[in-house]
Amino acid sequence: MAGYVVRRVLWIIPVLLTVAVITFFLMYRAPGGPWSDRRRLPEATEAALNAKFGLDKPLWFNGRAASDAQARGENNLLRVGRAYLDSQFFNYLFGVARGDFGPSYQSRGTESVQSVLRREFPTSAKLGLVAITLALLIGIPLGIVGALRQGSFFDHLTLILATTGVAIPSFVVAVLAIVFFSSQLGITPIRRPEEWDGLSTAYLLPAIVLGLGPMALIARLTRSAMVDVGHQEYIRTARAKGLAEGIVARRHMLRNALLPIVTVVGPIAAELVTGSIIVESIFNVPGMGREFVTSISARDYSMIMGTTLFYAFLVVLANLLVDVSYSFLDPRIRVA
Amino acid sequence: MAKTVAVPLQPGAALTHRRQVRSLRRAAWQRFRRNRLALLSLIYIGVLVAVALSAPLLAPHNPVQSDIRAAGAFRQAAWIDDANPQRAGSWTYPLGSDSIGRDVFSRLLFGTRVSLLVGLITALCTLSIGVSVGLAAGYGGKRTDNTLMRFTDVVYAFPGLLFFIVIQIAFRDSWAGNLLNGLVLLFVTLSIVSWTNVARLVRGEVLSVKEREFIESARASGAGDRRIIFRHIFPNVLGPIIVSGAYIIPGAIAAEATLSYLGIGVRPSVALDAPFPTSWGSMILDGSKSWESQPWMLLGPSIVFASVTLAFTFVGDGLRDAIDPRQQ
Repeated sequence: MAGYVVRRVLWIIPVLLTVAVITFFLMYRAPGGPWSDRRRLPEATEAALNAKFGLDKPLWFNGRAASDAQARGENNLLRVGRAYLDSQFFNYLFGVARGDFGPSYQSRGTESVQSVLRREFPTSAKLGLVAITLALLIGIPLGIVGALRQGSFFDHLTLILATTGVAIPSFVVAVLAIVFFSSQLGITPIRRPEEWDGLSTAYLLPAIVLGLGPMALIARLTRSAMVDVGHQEYIRTARAKGLAEGIVARRHMLRNALLPIVTVVGPIAAELVTGSIIVESIFNVPGMGREFVTSISARDYSMIMGTTLFYAFLVVLANLLVDVSYSFLDPRIRVA
Repeated sequence: MAKTVAVPLQPGAALTHRRQVRSLRRAAWQRFRRNRLALLSLIYIGVLVAVALSAPLLAPHNPVQSDIRAAGAFRQAAWIDDANPQRAGSWTYPLGSDSIGRDVFSRLLFGTRVSLLVGLITALCTLSIGVSVGLAAGYGGKRTDNTLMRFTDVVYAFPGLLFFIVIQIAFRDSWAGNLLNGLVLLFVTLSIVSWTNVARLVRGEVLSVKEREFIESARASGAGDRRIIFRHIFPNVLGPIIVSGAYIIPGAIAAEATLSYLGIGVRPSVALDAPFPTSWGSMILDGSKSWESQPWMLLGPSIVFASVTLAFTFVGDGLRDAIDPRQQ
């Protein structure tokens, strides 16, 4: 078991490395650069900025620096190797290994990516947590009632609600919610930046929109798991020995039905990541999702890398937790 | 001698075999038909396919031509009155007109094409990649399985939308990004990440089917790997594949609309005879900017778009219940 966990944790490293390589490759394929977003800079300024941030170096390998070093009579293989890897990609990687995620080019290097992320992550995390709490609080009861009153009007309502949540992407819900709130209720859901400090009511509407997808997933899964468990023989036994229906549902069905919900934690994490990009951009939430979208159009290379790696890390971590916790919760599952 | 024995047996064997397959399919179809919501959704999708194919015949106006003198800018939907005669609703423009006097209803009809095409082609690409990887991993040896599944794990770690955005930005301005208004790039982008779930599913199914007796008997009677994979294993994992395909379609349609909403999906076309002038995602983007002056520019595409993804999801639910009655 311990060996399995260690292996899974170590596996994160090559996965993130691959994510980094692919993102890096794609990012530099995009036309333009971090200095071309606003008015055009003089060429000399641009060259100076590039030199300052090492953007004038080769992307992957610095063959010239290595041969220069050799020409200088450098015989230490480590130094020659380091010169060979004096490229944008490897310098970034070495920086990450030291905990330095590079300068944010949007701020012209005045702020580092890690400090931006540290500032914005709490906002995104709060939004995500409120969303997932709402999703659990609404989704599980919906699923339970749907399963216990199968075929009833309420069951159909649950099904339609849950399907709607799964099928309609968050951007449509977000846009419609904003329009509805501002035109019908006269409330502007777009808040000022300072209103996102602490846990304010500002989070409520974006969190509902963000939590709709996970809520639907949870409701559907709870319902089908409850129905599944209902067919088991131990439920018939429980009923046969005269237990009240409420106790059967609570103690015998629900406990066993909640187990599969752990499996959707992975997909839900992915859903929240995807959703947060859209929802944060539309509601103008000062979080990482909005940061990703703005850094994409600003070609803020280190910021794109930072947010992508961070999100990928979250998804991998969620999947790892699912696999590990599942084998804890259900001893029938043997870890290979 | 062998001939005389084989002749009476073969047609009989073929017949019983065929009858079995057909009755399984018929049973599934009957279960599907009993699900009224799924059946209704299927009919709705059929209607939309017809609309997509005959959009030029159905559309009252050219979806690209700006007709600002007659249509007016931001004309209201037909049933909404306005003091300004240029803005008052008229049935010539059922859903009103956009900022440069294009008929919203006609654009909506043409938008059907992009959504359906993206959904279907992406699902096909996703399934073919996922099924190939899954079959190879499940049927191949331990080493193939390990290599392929580790690769799958890596791709699985990419948060989908993040990756879509980066790919679209990277290749939009290259020659590949311009094929069919960027549709081709979208197919590739959307299927390059989404196949992992299919691969995992197929691999799991193959692993369990492969150990069953009928595979052993097929091998004992001298069937090669190719025959076993395509004649014995594939038909037996087809059910879950179809079901997952039905769920990929609404996902792909939604992803396309999301990308178009962000302005990095299908390129809006200005050619008068463009087959794919716009997509619902870009219409929602346009509508969200001008909902105060013309709310139907936002509501129209939003409603149609939501109804389509819903319909595909209902069909997926119906298929799942019909093909695999065990998991309700």
